[in-house]
Amino acid sequence: MEVQLPEVSLRMMAPELFLFVWALVVITFDVVTKRAQGESVGYLTMVGIAITGGILAITGEGPGFGNMFYNDPMAIFFKIIFLGAAFMAVGSSFGLTKQKIVNHRGEFFGLMLLSTVGMMFLASANELLTIWIGLELTTIPLFVLAAFFKDNKLSVESGLKYFIVGAFSSAVMVYGLSFLYGLTGTTDLLQMKLNLATVHLTFRNIGVILIAAITMLIAGIGFKLGLPPFHQWVPDVYEGAPTPVAAFLSIGSKAAGLAAFAKIFVNGLSAFHGVEMAPNDWGKLAGIVAIAALILGNTVAIRQTNIKRMLGYSSIAQAGYIMIGMVAQSALGLSAVAFYIFAYMFANMGAFAVVTAFEDKTGSCEIKSYAGLAKTSPMLSICMTIFLLSLAGIPPLAGFLAKYFVFAAAIKQASLEGGQWLYWVVGAGLITAVFSLYYYANVIKQMYFSKDDSPYRVGLQAPAMLVVLIGLAGVLVFGLYPEPVLRFAGEVPSMFGFVSP
Amino acid sequence: MIGDILTYLTFFPVLGVVLLLLVPKERHDSIKSLSLIIAFVTMLISFLVYALFDPLASGMQFEVNVPWVNSVGISYHLGIDGISLLLIVLTTILTVLAILSSWNSIKTGVKGFYISILLLTTGMIGVFVSLDLFLFYVFWEVMLIPMYFLIGVWGGPRRVYAAIKFVLFTMFGSLLMLVAVLYLVFKYHSMAGVYSFDIQALVSMPLSFSEQAYLFAAFALAFAIKVPLWPLHTWLPDAHVEAPTAGSVILAGVLLKMGTYGFIRICLPMFPEATVAFLPYICVLSVIAIVYGALVAMVQKDVKSLVAFSSVSHMGFVMLGLFTLNLQGLEGSVMQMINHGISTGALFLLVGMIYDRRHTRLISEFGGIAKVMPAFATYFMIVTLSSIGLPFTNGFVGEFLILLGAFQLNTWYGVFAVTGVIFSACYMLWMYQRVMYGKVTNPENEKLTDMSARERIIMIPLVFLIFWIGVYPKPLFDRIEPAVKNVLEQVSRAKSVQLDPVTYELTRVKDEKGTVTDATVTFAPEQEEATHE
Repeated sequence: MEVQLPEVSLRMMAPELFLFVWALVVITFDVVTKRAQGESVGYLTMVGIAITGGILAITGEGPGFGNMFYNDPMAIFFKIIFLGAAFMAVGSSFGLTKQKIVNHRGEFFGLMLLSTVGMMFLASANELLTIWIGLELTTIPLFVLAAFFKDNKLSVESGLKYFIVGAFSSAVMVYGLSFLYGLTGTTDLLQMKLNLATVHLTFRNIGVILIAAITMLIAGIGFKLGLPPFHQWVPDVYEGAPTPVAAFLSIGSKAAGLAAFAKIFVNGLSAFHGVEMAPNDWGKLAGIVAIAALILGNTVAIRQTNIKRMLGYSSIAQAGYIMIGMVAQSALGLSAVAFYIFAYMFANMGAFAVVTAFEDKTGSCEIKSYAGLAKTSPMLSICMTIFLLSLAGIPPLAGFLAKYFVFAAAIKQASLEGGQWLYWVVGAGLITAVFSLYYYANVIKQMYFSKDDSPYRVGLQAPAMLVVLIGLAGVLVFGLYPEPVLRFAGEVPSMFGFVSP
Repeated sequence: MIGDILTYLTFFPVLGVVLLLLVPKERHDSIKSLSLIIAFVTMLISFLVYALFDPLASGMQFEVNVPWVNSVGISYHLGIDGISLLLIVLTTILTVLAILSSWNSIKTGVKGFYISILLLTTGMIGVFVSLDLFLFYVFWEVMLIPMYFLIGVWGGPRRVYAAIKFVLFTMFGSLLMLVAVLYLVFKYHSMAGVYSFDIQALVSMPLSFSEQAYLFAAFALAFAIKVPLWPLHTWLPDAHVEAPTAGSVILAGVLLKMGTYGFIRICLPMFPEATVAFLPYICVLSVIAIVYGALVAMVQKDVKSLVAFSSVSHMGFVMLGLFTLNLQGLEGSVMQMINHGISTGALFLLVGMIYDRRHTRLISEFGGIAKVMPAFATYFMIVTLSSIGLPFTNGFVGEFLILLGAFQLNTWYGVFAVTGVIFSACYMLWMYQRVMYGKVTNPENEKLTDMSARERIIMIPLVFLIFWIGVYPKPLFDRIEPAVKNVLEQVSRAKSVQLDPVTYELTRVKDEKGTVTDATVTFAPEQEEATHE
């Protein structure tokens, strides 16, 4: 292997390194100022994320550390999403750090940044072990964050649950990876792809080992994404964790899991997709999981009375929609996935920011307590309505285009030979989209259709206001003029070796 | 510059929404006047479009075509023909009247109400002007949300149920439509090498029969829910009864037409073979809708739900006319879309006026109203007669042509459809009799005030239109005819039918084996022979 000059490698990792250092700076600052600085810790964190974004912009594309770390368009696209999600999660945590987390503000924000570093590292990973390390770096800080209210039973429960499930899934995943290594003798994704093809051409049959590996990997990543039947932790963790952490979890950790999925399956195991290899094809397995996520997420969400649990189930369903683009296994599908997460970020972070503000003010997360909010806090209600409608996929909001593109990718692939089964996935997505409108509209109904005024008047602090405005701008602008993002998302699959359409 | 007039027309109400947002919400009068002005100017723009429209030219006019999302072939493509022109004018007129009608009846959330109505207007006009399927879909869905709020916030006691039912029904249909749109686009991509959502480009694309059948079914389901065609009509009575007057007027006047408009703009031209094949089923459903709607209307206790079920019946006529696939039927059908908008819109307005006074709509609560409110009774009579389809009112022109077309297609369709006309006379006149005549039995009705100046201003233009179209419909037909002929020419691309270039009669062609593929549709024997010579 050609040895790379360290300078070049470090330059490629500049955003991650900077953010890592900044996380330490944030924690140190909080300690040095004797935890007396209320809001400045949060602002410091936001500034750090913004600077990281700037560094990311000038870092550019290229390899680092041999082939283990590669800044391709996909990595950059996902890093933007991670930074955006972190920025918006931090922005909506100000009320929380003021009231509840008084003594550990530095750790709270620092852990969020450290988790972001892990995600960014993962996005550039180009090799099985690096991917796994990236996932671990992402989730370990999140375990702590989920249990951050250490006096609150629900929060501790959620942290513990998340930790046990997460550790277990990591173990399953690394076991699956070991099988892949055993089969191919390499951890490099491209090499693995070639070796698998060779093995297949030689023996015409790879056998049960690969099926076991695929199953374990789908299970492992399925846990991270909250795909059924590995979803049980999602609603509990969303309910118990601090709300901004739940928001961060729903975008950041989900996008990280999807990046890992795309890298391992769509890139590394792509040789395994094809008509003649039907029994080993991971697409159908992932497709079944996606259908399960759509049906379960969208139906169970209807019955929820707690808005955080509702959003938790809705995030399971949204993961199902994203998987539709993934199982299309095409360049179009992957761009659709990237665009979906991007659009989903704005709507979901915005909705969570509103939920957080409401919770800070009223202490309640019950959907019922939103009744009549439109009369006392009209602007907040309008924003929430727009976010929820975008999540439900109503045009002309960005969420509609996102759904549209994943369906488009799947239908395009379905019209090819051997892809008819994708119509089932699309069908499940469409029918459950109607259900999803019901539970999103249910919140809108509470806010608007109640004859009585809400007893609460919820305002937004400046940072939360910024988050809501960013969310609103993203949902509206990228719904009406998605061209620039689409062009960028179109480059995401450039390293995946798809034949251009 | 003039080419952009459709853009101005479509987005002028949105400009109004922006202005409305600047007005403080306590200033009800400013909000009402401002939205009225916005709606009025929109109406004037639509009149200008009507004046500039060249009735002799066939094809689309005022076209605008700019790339929007270039990488997937979505373009901002607007244009209108005679059919969309008339529906747009109807939309803008009804919007003005709807705003006027809510002047005193909406007292809470005034700002949100008028914002919803204006957004709805943009959505409706947008559907009628778009020539790009994506744009069409976006506008189609955009209307859903303001209507959801109109019903859900300002509606009657069961408003929450009605609102969500309306949204879920429509959403279900439109998602199926979305899949069909995507399939069409990818099919086009595989043939032409580029992505395009352009309706005109997609129309020219050859499709196999089974493809056409599936796509037709997907689109038709979405449109049929909107029309609504029996048995998909169940959301309509709920939505109508619970909606505020303005919502009912717009719902019945325009939203239902979007379903039939979708059939005429997309289903018929794009899937001609499937249209011919599905024709008997749709015709039977339409006839059932006509008879069923009329019979159910007859037993309603609530005036508003009576009018709602009469809509099911009338829209059945429109659907029947569309699927007669002959010139009379189609022209009558387009005409009936306009007429139904005027008559039913007027009926809902009148029902709203009496509801504002008495806060009930039960027929049994009334009686002898003609004595206390003579002007109201007169207007109600005119509108009732127009809804029944008396000669010299607008309803006659449309229904007559549809029946003519239906009899040409198949005598039985005609026979059953005619019973609908008779039933409609029964339920409308019976209702009129119970509400207006007799003694004033209910003491609460004794002190009712007659129509105010504002209410008269609302009714006068509608009454004018009722008689104008009834007596001299030629200007409308001049504009409808080229568009309808275009549609028929596109349907005639189907191999199983042939178009007579003079009479625009579609006749079924026998295939090689000499058998008529579908025996349910019978055509006049002499015409069939003529095509063989």
